[in-house]
Amino acid sequence: MPAMLRKLAQRLGILQHSFAGGVHPEMYKVTAARPVEVAAIAPIHILPMKQHIGEACSPLVKVGDRVLRGQKIAKSEGYLSVPVHAPTSGRVVRIEEHAIPHPSGMGLPCIFIESDGDDESDTTLEPLTNWRELNPAILRERARMCGLAGLGGAVFPTFIKLVQDKRFPIETVILNGIECEPWLTNDHRLMLEKPHDILTGMAIVMHMVGAKSGIIAIEDNKPDAAESMRRALAEASEMQGVHVVVLPTRYPQGSEKQLIYSLTGKEVEAGRLPMHIGVLCQNVGTSKALFEAVVQARPLTERLVTVSGDAVENPATLSVRLGTPVRSLFASRGLDDLTGLHLLHGGPMMGERLKSVDVPVVKSTTGLLAMRTETMMLAHTEEQPCIRCGHCSEACPVHLVPNLLADACRSDQFDRAENYQLFDCIECGSCSYVCPANIPLVHYFRYGKGQIAQTRREQVFAEASRKRSEARERRIEAEKTEKAARRSRVRRDHAPAKPVESAEPENNDATQEKS
Amino acid sequence: MTQLLYALLSLGAFALVAGIVLAVAQKVFHVEGDPMVEKIDNLLPQTQCGQCGYPGCKPYAEAVSGGVADVNHCVPGGERTMLAIADLMGVEPKDLEAEATAPMIAFVREDECIGCTLCIKACPVDAIIGAPKQYHTVISDHCTGCTLCIEPCPVDCIDMLMKPELIEHWSWPLPDTQRARLGHDRRETHAGHA
Repeated sequence: MPAMLRKLAQRLGILQHSFAGGVHPEMYKVTAARPVEVAAIAPIHILPMKQHIGEACSPLVKVGDRVLRGQKIAKSEGYLSVPVHAPTSGRVVRIEEHAIPHPSGMGLPCIFIESDGDDESDTTLEPLTNWRELNPAILRERARMCGLAGLGGAVFPTFIKLVQDKRFPIETVILNGIECEPWLTNDHRLMLEKPHDILTGMAIVMHMVGAKSGIIAIEDNKPDAAESMRRALAEASEMQGVHVVVLPTRYPQGSEKQLIYSLTGKEVEAGRLPMHIGVLCQNVGTSKALFEAVVQARPLTERLVTVSGDAVENPATLSVRLGTPVRSLFASRGLDDLTGLHLLHGGPMMGERLKSVDVPVVKSTTGLLAMRTETMMLAHTEEQPCIRCGHCSEACPVHLVPNLLADACRSDQFDRAENYQLFDCIECGSCSYVCPANIPLVHYFRYGKGQIAQTRREQVFAEASRKRSEARERRIEAEKTEKAARRSRVRRDHAPAKPVESAEPENNDATQEKS
Repeated sequence: MTQLLYALLSLGAFALVAGIVLAVAQKVFHVEGDPMVEKIDNLLPQTQCGQCGYPGCKPYAEAVSGGVADVNHCVPGGERTMLAIADLMGVEPKDLEAEATAPMIAFVREDECIGCTLCIKACPVDAIIGAPKQYHTVISDHCTGCTLCIEPCPVDCIDMLMKPELIEHWSWPLPDTQRARLGHDRRETHAGHA
């Protein structure tokens, strides 16, 4: 009954909409009050050939080349891809496989750039200060060539979303300044320090997609950020349709579909995109990067990274050049000895444990956390039987039943897991967080998703193999009938009365057979 | 008398209509071949490797469907394929004859290749390209690792290499907890004894 009343109140606009489930983890935003520091330029930068969702890039430079900051050093292969740029000036010293921040601990081809200390920039790109008069297609190309990918952590190539589709016109642009992961404070600091850049980036997005209204979403644990954005908004006279919305803090509010529901009450169905309901969602960091790409002609070569965790005595939000080795960032915060620490790439809820510290900062690096092992949850070792308390189902923001899903994945019953909509899981970790039995639920889901994906790949491969095999059989069959037809034709034309001539075409047959 | 005539006529007309409907249905809903063969063939990995003793996946599927072959002869398909076929056929699963190996692909050492085209002819999935007296090479994306090209090569210039593992194809292992391990072990022994 209370649920029904709440729904009614939301319909009538008395109550704010709010996504289902969610949790309230301790926030530990210890770096929130500290201004962003610029990290020193590392002596060596490691740039993986893939830092986004999509296809990998191929290098444009060779060992020994001198490169400038912002110079394109790898070009994208395929549509769903963005290029990579040199983060500082220097020399290419190696191009080889190197570990990247990935749960597998595996590597990718990387370009190693030795910094020369000059930090000289490539100035071939022209600033587009008159972006208001420009065709959105030109700006879109600029976003692509500047290597922009979603900086909230998903690193989806930004230019793909920035398009006007007549079937799905974008009405509302949502700027995501939620930052609901504990510890991380990049977006928070950015909204405090660069509100005008963010707003200009948002105006460019709205110009590109032809949207009239915009929402800047911030959680109520960052009142100063909301104040900062409101003040900047008041100064920007042309952004009439934009307003700041402060939402009650709850994890995972920063997840795209959950945020859209909280703000608009509209649900993005499974398998569909925000643009299908006329919404475009953009992280504040990406918005600022778009501003820099368009107005300042600066490709994406740096990002904000929260270096924190309870093992870091001097945590900070840092402005870091992409490719900076993670080890040097921890060292710059006074943490040289990393043995026995739990290192996380991203936040504690969705981030992944680093297998090696010799990985670089990439476009998806929202934070780097060094945690003492005893503060980490026991979920990965001390799993106990499910007691059917149902907390996980209550916490799930996408209405799944995590305990049943985990059972299905654990016992390799993937059909059942798919029937329970395994692929709707956003891997937010709310269920694992609330589980009193320490069941690593999300880990089971990732296992299940991986196994299903593997099976599907094998099926696709088998189907392609079958097609080729059948085509080959048809071809051999056709060759055989053709040969038989030719043979009978030759034998008919050259009647048995002339046995000498018939020898020649038969020789022909033999050579045909060989080739 | 007329009643009898009516009965005969109406029943006769009904029989005629029913006969036409059945005749049309037989033409329209005609099933080509044995659907069971298709279903089994769909479960097989289509490597066409012949390790089952049959000249390809389809012939093996026909043999299994006809009850001639056991369900456990597909080597590259491994346990999962065996279980799926046993489930489909409604028979007891059997132990696999051979251990499934890591996925391999063929690789032609081009400087030794004499361009004889024998491997091209042997490849069941057209995954080798080349022309007479030209180097041949394996399209690694298409190679099923069946090893049928190894034997015909007169200069022994084809190697089977480990298929490179792509980071995009990596998947999470089971969590390293006692319960996950227990469940997994139980499943293994269960499948083995069944």
